[in-house]
Amino acid sequence: MEPIIATKKLSKSYTNVLAVDNLDLSIYQGEVFGLLGPNGAGKSTTILMLMGLCEPSKGVAEVCGYNANTEPLEVKKKVGFLPDNVGFYDHRSGLDNLEFIGKLNGITQNEVRDKAYQLLEKVGLQNDAHRKVGAYSKGMKQRLGLAEVLIKDPQVIILDEPTIGIDPSGVKDFLELIVSLSRHERITVLFSSHQLHQVQRVCDRVGIFVKGKLLACGDLQTLSKNLFQTDAFASEFQLGTSVEDISTFKMKLKERFPDISRVEEQERNIWVVNSKKDIRAELCDFLVSKKHNILLLREKHYGLDEIYQQYFEGGSL
Amino acid sequence: MVKGFPKSSSAFGVMINKEVQDHVRSWKFIVLLAIILLTCCASAYSSISKILENSNVPLKDGELLFLKIFTLSDGALPSFYIFISFLGPLLGIALGFDAINSEYSNRTIGRVLAQPVYRDVLINSKVIAAMLVIGVLFTSLTLIILGIAILVTGQAPGFIEVFRILSFLLVAWFYVAFWLNLSVFFSIRFSQTATSALTSISIWLFFLVFYPLIVNLVAQGLSPSAYASEREILSYQHFILGIMRLAPSQLFMDATTALLNPQVRSLGPLTMEQVQGAMPGNLPFWESVKIVWAQITGLVASSMLCFVCSYYFFMRKEVRA
Repeated sequence: MEPIIATKKLSKSYTNVLAVDNLDLSIYQGEVFGLLGPNGAGKSTTILMLMGLCEPSKGVAEVCGYNANTEPLEVKKKVGFLPDNVGFYDHRSGLDNLEFIGKLNGITQNEVRDKAYQLLEKVGLQNDAHRKVGAYSKGMKQRLGLAEVLIKDPQVIILDEPTIGIDPSGVKDFLELIVSLSRHERITVLFSSHQLHQVQRVCDRVGIFVKGKLLACGDLQTLSKNLFQTDAFASEFQLGTSVEDISTFKMKLKERFPDISRVEEQERNIWVVNSKKDIRAELCDFLVSKKHNILLLREKHYGLDEIYQQYFEGGSL
Repeated sequence: MVKGFPKSSSAFGVMINKEVQDHVRSWKFIVLLAIILLTCCASAYSSISKILENSNVPLKDGELLFLKIFTLSDGALPSFYIFISFLGPLLGIALGFDAINSEYSNRTIGRVLAQPVYRDVLINSKVIAAMLVIGVLFTSLTLIILGIAILVTGQAPGFIEVFRILSFLLVAWFYVAFWLNLSVFFSIRFSQTATSALTSISIWLFFLVFYPLIVNLVAQGLSPSAYASEREILSYQHFILGIMRLAPSQLFMDATTALLNPQVRSLGPLTMEQVQGAMPGNLPFWESVKIVWAQITGLVASSMLCFVCSYYFFMRKEVRA
């Protein structure tokens, strides 16, 4: 399958700073892709280059089969873009703002109002259509932004930090709206964020982006497998009392279970044991036999938090 | 919108439409409009009442009634075109100083440029919409004054008067366009609207207040002795006029003087030889235009230059603030 967004060796350097470094990225139709990274990692720059709003120093960005740098108009016809911290014409109503964007996209005067009302309803702003945008809350502005993105019937939606400044329930609604759109209308969604949990919840695939480089890319399972290759099975347990001699405890554990690859006390009294197979039952017996109180024993799943943390600590795969 | 128009031109129309709406609804424009209306109507009133006072004195040979309305003053209030030379720059600056940087500070720039429109459509529509507003404002102002004058005097303007008034309008339009383009340029160079407004206004004040002082100083320093030859005095006069004409307001004043006063033969000094044997009377319209052709060209060229600079810098500007 041809990717709908593809970058090849895409680079952007500002004076002395390499913002994006030889980025190769492929995103396929209908995917929800999360671009994850800390502030200043080059996420926004990449997105601007995909929209043809910023000239790459090297490499190519192709969106919907068009080169974003040489045919930006074609790209802009097909891609809806919600910039980071978007602003509106505050002295105009939400409807006015939306109609303006609609008309810039070549929708005729007669159709634009109906369409704008439909979209406002879709994003839940139908009761605020005639209020000035200056009086909108941040979450409402973000939803108006989404309506503007949708008014051109896009094939791809690109959202730059769409959830900043919205309260948690607002974030949930907003992301669910985006995902349902993607599922129903096969719209490809690319969004950048540094908030892990949101990304974890809605993305099909994520790319981890640090200092202009894409460190890893894939769905969560693949990422955690890549990252914690040696750790086929991880058990986590919590003890009621602290272990007196940590090194002896570790040694005894390893004696009892020869296939343990790693034992570590992660937090106070919380231990993580990596082994080749599931050893929870035996582990429980062992700990009881050593007169430890077990408060918790479970399989440990690696979430984005751990993955993210690992990449920042390790810096590479 | 006309059906079947190419996309980019309809987007251009949409943008101009929006800009004009924004200008007309903005408070700064309404306040300026009120000031301009008041002052211009007052000056028109004073000149018309002066004309009515002298209504039993027949017009001198070649004097044109409707041109007098724009140039005559009763001494208390300056005439219409002087007011325009004061307030025009302010109007131009007010319509242009936040053209681009407000898009940046409101963070709307990325949103608009992400739509399928060429980038220059934004800056073109900003400038053209403001010029449209200025043009309509000046035209209607002039027409109102003309209408009042027709009502009061019961006379109709002649063909030549209409021509001259139209050309005056055009020159006033170019003059304000210069200040507009200058302030648009600053709105691209400076990211704060306050900085660009203050810079434009300080340039305006410089030309309004300080530049004449400086020219005076230079003139005093260079003034030829009482025994200087005619040629020396003439070249001195030309030099002083030359540096005065670096100010846009001087170009405007020169141009309107010649266009609204058909008797004006020259803007510089004339020697006795040149004046000898001249028949007093009106110059044809085209001859008046020729006298100030350089001034008009200068005004147009300087606004073009400002626009070209704005265009260049805007097209290269990063979308991210």
